Amino acid sequence: MTDIQGTRMAIGAIDGGKARPVRCALSPKVYSVLLLVAFLSLWEGAIRLLDVPQFLIPSVGDVAVALWRGLATSPLARDGFWLHSAVTLAEIILGYIAGCSFGLALGVAISQTPGLEAVLRPYVVAFQSVPKVAVAPIIVLWLGFGLVSKVAIVALITFFPVLITSLAGFNAIDLERIELLRSLSATRWQIFTKVKFPSALPYIFAGLDMAAAFAVVGAIVGEFVGAQSGLGVLLLQLDSAMDIGGSFAVLIVLSLMGIAFSFLIRAVQLRVLYWMPSEDTQRSINL
Amino acid sequence: MDNAADFIAIRGLSKIFGEGSTGEVVALKNVNGTIRAGDFVSVVGPSGCGKSTLLRILAGLIDASSGNVSMGGQAIHGTRRDIGVVFQNSILLPWRTIIDNVMLPAEVLGLERKAARHRAYDLLAMVGLAGFEDKLPSQLSGGMQQRASIARALLHDPRILLMDEPFGALDAMTREQMNLELQRIWSESGKTIVLITHSIPEAVFLGNMVFVMTPRPGRLERTVAIELPRPRTMASMADPEFVARAQEIRALFNAAGALH
Repeated sequence: MTDIQGTRMAIGAIDGGKARPVRCALSPKVYSVLLLVAFLSLWEGAIRLLDVPQFLIPSVGDVAVALWRGLATSPLARDGFWLHSAVTLAEIILGYIAGCSFGLALGVAISQTPGLEAVLRPYVVAFQSVPKVAVAPIIVLWLGFGLVSKVAIVALITFFPVLITSLAGFNAIDLERIELLRSLSATRWQIFTKVKFPSALPYIFAGLDMAAAFAVVGAIVGEFVGAQSGLGVLLLQLDSAMDIGGSFAVLIVLSLMGIAFSFLIRAVQLRVLYWMPSEDTQRSINL
Repeated sequence: MDNAADFIAIRGLSKIFGEGSTGEVVALKNVNGTIRAGDFVSVVGPSGCGKSTLLRILAGLIDASSGNVSMGGQAIHGTRRDIGVVFQNSILLPWRTIIDNVMLPAEVLGLERKAARHRAYDLLAMVGLAGFEDKLPSQLSGGMQQRASIARALLHDPRILLMDEPFGALDAMTREQMNLELQRIWSESGKTIVLITHSIPEAVFLGNMVFVMTPRPGRLERTVAIELPRPRTMASMADPEFVARAQEIRALFNAAGALH
């Protein structure tokens, strides 16, 4: 029985046990929706009252219309949302898989090779300090305006958090567990696969979470710098056409995409880290 | 001289940490002892007497600075497959079920899986955890986790079980319970057990021999034979022989200035 139901039952009992639906505390989700409704009403009201010009801030209605228009067009139409969303999504997913795989693989290699980390550390720190978005124009120059350059940018931007967190995870030695494996005459590789890697998973997932957020940013910035299609390109087109309502609609689509992606990673995380208490899986690790 | 009955022979064992530096610690000095097959040896002493160091040398986890340890006539060089170790914390891997945790030695040592799994089930039943095989460690109490770690230490059927204050993290009542359980496991399996503790009553209750170790430097002060009949119960602790042995051990610590 949830707390909410319990509260309802309790108050029902105080009322003399009459079978009356008691509405006391609402679920937080309902309040969130009410908040959104209130916010949108405030927005619409402010726009009308203060007579804000259309090209500065669109009304809720305009955004809704633009959103509908974008989604209602056929998937292949260049002025619809579907084509551009598909391109951006492809960039995000491909780049994410590539970047995270390389980051994790390098993390494994470095942690298993004694001395390598010390040698590579200054370079990792140096590259990490360069804002990846600053590298975007060069990558577009090298790899062109197509999908590949954006995938590369997303891969680059997701590579570092996963590398850093997986290294942190492998280095967070649990001496006890290692001693246990040693007492069983385990090899270095066995110690890695049976203890070090599973112990590092919470850290690795912290990196994957961060990378998921960065991936969306990377794709959009890459498209800003140079692309033929994608939500970032659409955003620029709508901005230059002064269709701010349309821009807002694209932003809504983008945030939904980001939310869905993040949600997916979290769901995988909960599944893989089934053994951790759920509060801990959501905790991000400060580096 | 080592004869056939000497199972573990410890000769002139010394261990110095940080040798030559200013922080040099003489953890063990010239320890000599003999453990026969099937013995239950309690090693008792206060902090700093080197008992954990001794156990780690027996387990092959660290090397001695001088002297040697031999098992069945063979000198120890590193970890061995015929030793099982139980640590103070159960160190169960939290992402594995209890049965998979107990199976860990089989995986590492490459034992035949089906037979090992069968044995794992039997061991869990023996330590009183039947029905908990598919639970996660977080779902078990401290005492149950430690029992699981004992089952794990026995999976590869080691001749010798080394236990480093295995019940130290448990509450007093569970501890008494576990002492009875351990006595039962020892009599049923017939293994040689070396148990480290800082509880004199626990040492006398469990062991048929008690190694009394004193600190600074860590050394084996005396070996005390416990000739109480088995199986011992909580009532045995009131037996005059029990009290006498415990007093004898306590007196040794007092004489060495180890107790205040």
